[in-house]
Amino acid sequence: MPQGISHFPTIRCPGVAAFLGLSLLLLSGCGDPPWNNPNPQYDDDFITYQSVMSPLPPKHLDPATSYASDESLFIDQIYEPPMGYHFLKRPYELLPLAVESYPQLSFLDADGNEVDEDDEALAFSRYTLRVRADERYQPHPAFALDGEGRPLYLFATAAEGARYQQIPDFPETGSRPVLANDFVYAIKRLADPQIASPMLGFMAHYIVGMSEFSEQVGAIPRTGWLDLDDYPMAGLRVLDDRTFSITIRGRYPQFVYWLAMHFFSPIAPEVDRFYHNPGFAERNLTLDWWPVGAGPFMMVKNDPNSEIVLERNPNFRQAFYPAEGEPGDREAGLLEDAGKQLPFVDRAVYRLEKEVLPLWTKFLQGYYDRSGEVHGNTNGVYDQAFVVGPDGVEMSEELEDHDITMDPDVKPAIYYYGFNMRDPVVGGYTEDKRKLRQALQIAFNTEEYLNIFYKGNGIAAHTPIPPGIPGYLEGEAGINPYVYDWVDGEPRRKSLDEARKLLAEAGYPNGRDARTGEPLKIFIDVQSQAISNTMMNWMDRAFGEIGVQVEYRPADWNRTREKLLTGNTQIYSHGWLADYPDPENFLFLLYGPESPLVCNCDGANNSNYASEVYDEAFRKIRILPPGPERDELVAQAVEQYRNDAVWLFAYYPKDIYLNNSWVRNNKRHGVSKATLMYTRVDAQERARKQVQWNQPVTWPLYAGALLLVSLLLPGVVAYRRRQKATARRARSD
Amino acid sequence: MLAYIIRRLLYAIPILIGVNLLTFALFFVVNSPDDMAASQLGAKYVTPEAIANWKSKNGYDKPLFVNDDASGIGAVTDTIFFTKSVKLFAFDFGRSESGRDITTDVSTRMWPSLAVALPSFALGIWVNICVALMVVMFRGTALDRWAVFVFVSLMSISYLFYIIGGQYLVAKQWMLVPISGFDPDFQPWKFLLLPVLVSVVSGIGSGARWYRTLFLEEAGQDYVRTARAKGASEISILFHHILPNALIPILTGIVVLIPSLFMGSLLIESFFGIPGLGSYMLDAIRGQDFAIVRTMVFIGSILYIIGLILTDISYTWADPRVRLS
Repeated sequence: MPQGISHFPTIRCPGVAAFLGLSLLLLSGCGDPPWNNPNPQYDDDFITYQSVMSPLPPKHLDPATSYASDESLFIDQIYEPPMGYHFLKRPYELLPLAVESYPQLSFLDADGNEVDEDDEALAFSRYTLRVRADERYQPHPAFALDGEGRPLYLFATAAEGARYQQIPDFPETGSRPVLANDFVYAIKRLADPQIASPMLGFMAHYIVGMSEFSEQVGAIPRTGWLDLDDYPMAGLRVLDDRTFSITIRGRYPQFVYWLAMHFFSPIAPEVDRFYHNPGFAERNLTLDWWPVGAGPFMMVKNDPNSEIVLERNPNFRQAFYPAEGEPGDREAGLLEDAGKQLPFVDRAVYRLEKEVLPLWTKFLQGYYDRSGEVHGNTNGVYDQAFVVGPDGVEMSEELEDHDITMDPDVKPAIYYYGFNMRDPVVGGYTEDKRKLRQALQIAFNTEEYLNIFYKGNGIAAHTPIPPGIPGYLEGEAGINPYVYDWVDGEPRRKSLDEARKLLAEAGYPNGRDARTGEPLKIFIDVQSQAISNTMMNWMDRAFGEIGVQVEYRPADWNRTREKLLTGNTQIYSHGWLADYPDPENFLFLLYGPESPLVCNCDGANNSNYASEVYDEAFRKIRILPPGPERDELVAQAVEQYRNDAVWLFAYYPKDIYLNNSWVRNNKRHGVSKATLMYTRVDAQERARKQVQWNQPVTWPLYAGALLLVSLLLPGVVAYRRRQKATARRARSD
Repeated sequence: MLAYIIRRLLYAIPILIGVNLLTFALFFVVNSPDDMAASQLGAKYVTPEAIANWKSKNGYDKPLFVNDDASGIGAVTDTIFFTKSVKLFAFDFGRSESGRDITTDVSTRMWPSLAVALPSFALGIWVNICVALMVVMFRGTALDRWAVFVFVSLMSISYLFYIIGGQYLVAKQWMLVPISGFDPDFQPWKFLLLPVLVSVVSGIGSGARWYRTLFLEEAGQDYVRTARAKGASEISILFHHILPNALIPILTGIVVLIPSLFMGSLLIESFFGIPGLGSYMLDAIRGQDFAIVRTMVFIGSILYIIGLILTDISYTWADPRVRLS
């Protein structure tokens, strides 16, 4: 019986058929462009802010244990500490946040009697705070109550609560006002050794009774939740439902800044108890992973390996966009939303991106609203975003049609290479040692270094105090006269001849020891991941200009830290990001007792600098309130630092953040991360741009199919020919 | 065969102890418990008390291997090595140094790893075998020589180039799929297309060349000539005669990998934002999280041992002459 003849080739290989079928299925499932949208479509009409966490996910979200800016990105949106910062004003301005007004400060003598601020009998300072009446916690199952007013989700065994894998799995939630005792409870948690808060050691020096409390609760054997309310701490008092006080030793005006950090955010005891339910920790149901606060946002999804999602806290108090800023804010459009209720976005999605190319591509495709949140100058992003043109650093062509806005951010931070003042070669306080260090300071051209390696994004430091912090001076008054001259209205680095002269006066003419004739060689301890061969070559050349040789000792952070703790360095690199915007938080980096060799601790004075003049000034700075007297002492300490030439060079890092055109109110805040609520997103413009920028290019699909066929076809033809060939023809072939 | 498997499983115990010991020693050569504490506590205000407290809380306040202060068996059991290792053998992985439950993390992260690794693995083998068989079919011709040239060229290209090139072309320039990400609830296939394609294409060079070598060796055997003399088609010879007879070396190479698919791929997952196990250990090493490191090495060892046993078992299926005893 004759078979039907098909003129079309048939696909005999089931694999190929399956592959083509699958491809067709997938393509048909792509739907309308854009096909490359990585963001899920939500069913609601929430305005979603799409952003990124990079490069590592947070490790801790418990406000008592977290001490990393990557983690503050989330914690600061969820918790409200007693104090906060004005979003726009610079220098940074403190504001009451979870409390009604600035803390009331009183001073006590050793017997607890009130005394004047300047009374010699002053032994304690007491801060009294009153919680806002409208401060309420986010909805959370820890607050859910049964019909008799008892907590709904308290389980005796792990099996009872086994069906709840994540917080959204709990059907019932509740809330309640924030109480004064919640702040007291949070401070007690800082003291609980089980929590291992990084604040314990530091705060125990100040808060009265913290050490004793820590020892007391640390000695209690426990299997589950320990109600810290059962154990009083001498320095903490709850005066009524909304009022509490904290008593600290002596005077420490900077304590009010600490009240703006998340360590002092309220923690409801019932939340702590809820997370101690049996079996919860095994499912990562802990306060460390599911924060509960009264801030503008709450966490609804926490997959630190993929994404973290925040949503508007429906119980958040009324808050409004500020009506004032610093000069230039109005012109920059930063006051357009003045008086409007916050927050502007309903949801914020932070996706984990470990590599630069995907991050940057998604930003350019419009799928991320910003190029980053915490680390602005991610190397790869920055290299792709900017080019060095004839007029300096400018945006690359790729960005020109995207209307991208740029926000530089000079953080209250400093990176520096410091001398070990106990080193026999570069350390010491004699005139020749000072001159040696000053010669090296002049030879290291910080401006050139920043231009070459950071595309100019950094400011050469003349003082340990960064811009925006009281004590930082602009203009001629702010320059380091030992390294710079003021010429034509700008600082100019002293000449290399001057450096050579100083070097000769220090006993090293032409870079050789005048006594032995040996060349001067300096040793720099560097963290291997923080320096490149190019940088080392550049430094070789810089110091080579005055005849000084350099040897590098790269090591990981652990080994570097060991060397710093034992004083076994000559020149080392380090950095500091301020906890609060006060000069004291920078000047303590050079305070004598902070030397690791003096305190036998992880002290901050890694230069082991010891100057009586400096230390005396610092001690006064630490206890004085802001004012002319304090400013003068700051200037005195800075002058001593410059004269002693303690650091080889230093700079204030400048980060650049890029924003897509539909994101508004992008001003960076160097200290606080609680700025999400000010961010406004034009979702319609974003959707329009996403479609415009992401029209798929389909010709490669057809070209690929054609290529596949063109590869297979000769094979198929040759195979058929071979199969049909006669023995003779095959031989002749 | 059962006795053989039991014997192999018993052999695994000293191997696992050895691997664990080695991991422990290597980790603590470069990291001390104090380093770990400092790393977890942050870079600021780390007091000796805070370090001591962290070590005590996390069980690192003991000697590493020998406790001179303890008497009897306690000298060995009251050490970091013993206390941290013994639970592993009961599959109690405990918590990471940052407090997360490792069992939960591993069981959550292995699914995205599998979602990428399994199709990449299966499709890769299928493509490589098909390509190799096709080349073998035209052995000795110009097509064969060109194919070898292409294979060697493909092998010479860095894996990173495939990833970055694939992302640049397919996702950035052509905008056909998302450049990275993974969402099991939102069209997960569109996130998998590119990583699977990259995995398959990057493996063609080495895979197909390896299989070609195996098949060529079989193609010269007498039974192939006999089959051809009996009039069997080339396709039939390739798939019904050569492929089954070349299975032993193929199985040796691939079955051992099957259990390890759970472990994911470091580069693929990192570049494509797949929240799998591939980058879990690297992050742990960076973060000096010994709990995760030892768990991942332990799981990796177990899976490798299982892979080897499965390989042996698969021989009996591929070649009835093989008997395990």
